[in-house]
Amino acid sequence: MMTDSPMPAPAAAAPTPETPAQLFAYVLQLADTSLILAHRLSEWCGHGPILEQDLAMANIALDLLGEARSYYQYAAELEGQGRTEDDLAYLRSAVEYRNPLLVEQPNGDFAHTIVRQFIYDCFHYHLLLQLKSGPDAQLAAIAEKSVKEAAYHIKWSSEWVIRLGDGTEESRRRVEKALGNLWRYAGELTTPSATEKALQAAGYLPDYAPLQQQIDAHAARVFEEATLPVPQGVFMQKGGKDGRHSEHLGYLLAELQYLQRTYPGLQW
Amino acid sequence: MLVKLCLRGMETLELTQEEQFQARIDADVRIEPKDWMPDAYRKTLIRQISQHAHSELVGMLPEGNWITRAPSLKRKSILLAKVQDEAGHGLYLYSAAETLGASRDQMLADLHSGKAKYSSIFNYPTLSWADMGCVGWLVDGAAILNQVPLCRTSYGPYARAMVRVCKEESFHQRQGFEIMQTLCEGSPEQKAMAQEGLNRWWWPTLMMFGPKDSESPNTAQSMNWRIKRFTNDELRQKFVDMMVPQAEFLGLTVPDPNLKWNEAKQGYDFGDVDWEEFWNVVKGNGLCNQERLQARVQAHEEGAWVREAALAHAEKRKQREEAKAVAA
Repeated sequence: MMTDSPMPAPAAAAPTPETPAQLFAYVLQLADTSLILAHRLSEWCGHGPILEQDLAMANIALDLLGEARSYYQYAAELEGQGRTEDDLAYLRSAVEYRNPLLVEQPNGDFAHTIVRQFIYDCFHYHLLLQLKSGPDAQLAAIAEKSVKEAAYHIKWSSEWVIRLGDGTEESRRRVEKALGNLWRYAGELTTPSATEKALQAAGYLPDYAPLQQQIDAHAARVFEEATLPVPQGVFMQKGGKDGRHSEHLGYLLAELQYLQRTYPGLQW
Repeated sequence: MLVKLCLRGMETLELTQEEQFQARIDADVRIEPKDWMPDAYRKTLIRQISQHAHSELVGMLPEGNWITRAPSLKRKSILLAKVQDEAGHGLYLYSAAETLGASRDQMLADLHSGKAKYSSIFNYPTLSWADMGCVGWLVDGAAILNQVPLCRTSYGPYARAMVRVCKEESFHQRQGFEIMQTLCEGSPEQKAMAQEGLNRWWWPTLMMFGPKDSESPNTAQSMNWRIKRFTNDELRQKFVDMMVPQAEFLGLTVPDPNLKWNEAKQGYDFGDVDWEEFWNVVKGNGLCNQERLQARVQAHEEGAWVREAALAHAEKRKQREEAKAVAA
């Protein structure tokens, strides 16, 4: 069901003097994205619709949290200013966060959580397949490890889109509503920011057009099996990758950063 | 029904089914799902194992309360993994109870209606980060004392489930102690947080071993069936003897003015548990009894459409495959 045929190899890397700073910004964006989605999924812990799915969501959250930590640690190393993974996660404000809008959206009902996950997994899995053969060795190593986990995530969320779409009338109504609410955040994932464009030009990131084709092909197959129409003509929101977030992120960070902000500078 | 049995080389004895069962128990032979067992043994086990499973499920809530506020990425990851382990324990235990003929739906219905109990400790609130330390160090510490003997309990599937549970619980306890240690070695505010946590959790943890032996109606029979291997008071004493030196190591004060080393018994004398509070929480009057149960009921009710969708889809898929097979 999944497409993992590699795209044409990216042109040889041609770093510019700005590349290290851009790489830092991009790795931080990946870290923020994984952390925020892990945080959202972890909110389900103990409240899932069935014990087995409670476990599955905690599993995915743990994978994403582990991935986030690898990126934060690497970002801290790239920056070389002595900041730690926790400094980067706990002591930056919402406008400094670089995650796309999709992952900060609230859990809603299980259908919203599944649709958010599915949209993200389609992008994440196919992106990691590219990053693992990219020119930056550390990023490639993190992608190599994470893509195995992402393969499970996309399988899990795809199966649930199919179950909910082709399940009962109620589940279909709910998954359609979730698509109506969340599809508008899909476009940002493959709309390159200025940083991403620069890294694409320097050969560090793949071109997003072929990536989009792989994502669309996978999504089309899943929607067909789910008997759901592929959303068309939706106006796509963006801004998160540039620090312009929805109102939800501030509350999430207030909770996430509460102890570090209340008792600055301590070890936990 | 009478059966003939040669017991340890003695002369052949005529034993009733019940006597034969007890003889196997006495010889420490594990009872397996297909073996004959007295109804009361089956019922006692279903009650105990399902209560245990429910405790794992409800026990996810007080710690789940801090996953989103954990103070570092490492702590967040460890806490989430720990709460997830508890969900896993719930699964093994529901499966063990199912081998006795109980259904998960019925067990959950009994939990949701309030008919089935779960460990009262989870009806206390988690108010600070130190509570994640206290729950791991004290609550899981008490749970381990209760549970290690269950790895040798007479019913095979329960004993095997407990072997897995205990391995993970000892990891949980270590991480709880480590949270406490980090707090105690930290700033004055952190140390105060640790002490305040211990003050709130000490007595409720002692209550986890259940009522005094003189007021525990099920103990004698459970000991006889080797479901249980130590009495409540024996385990409570063991716990105090184990924990007091650990609290001292941390530099914390156990909130019991009557706590005193007794040289003659080589153990601590300690004050009386507030049994009125214990029975009140058991009866549903703890601060969080209603919230905990409501959270479970809500998750179950709001998940109904998801479970129905999964079943409906599985059914459609099966029908399509059958139709395909017929066509072929």
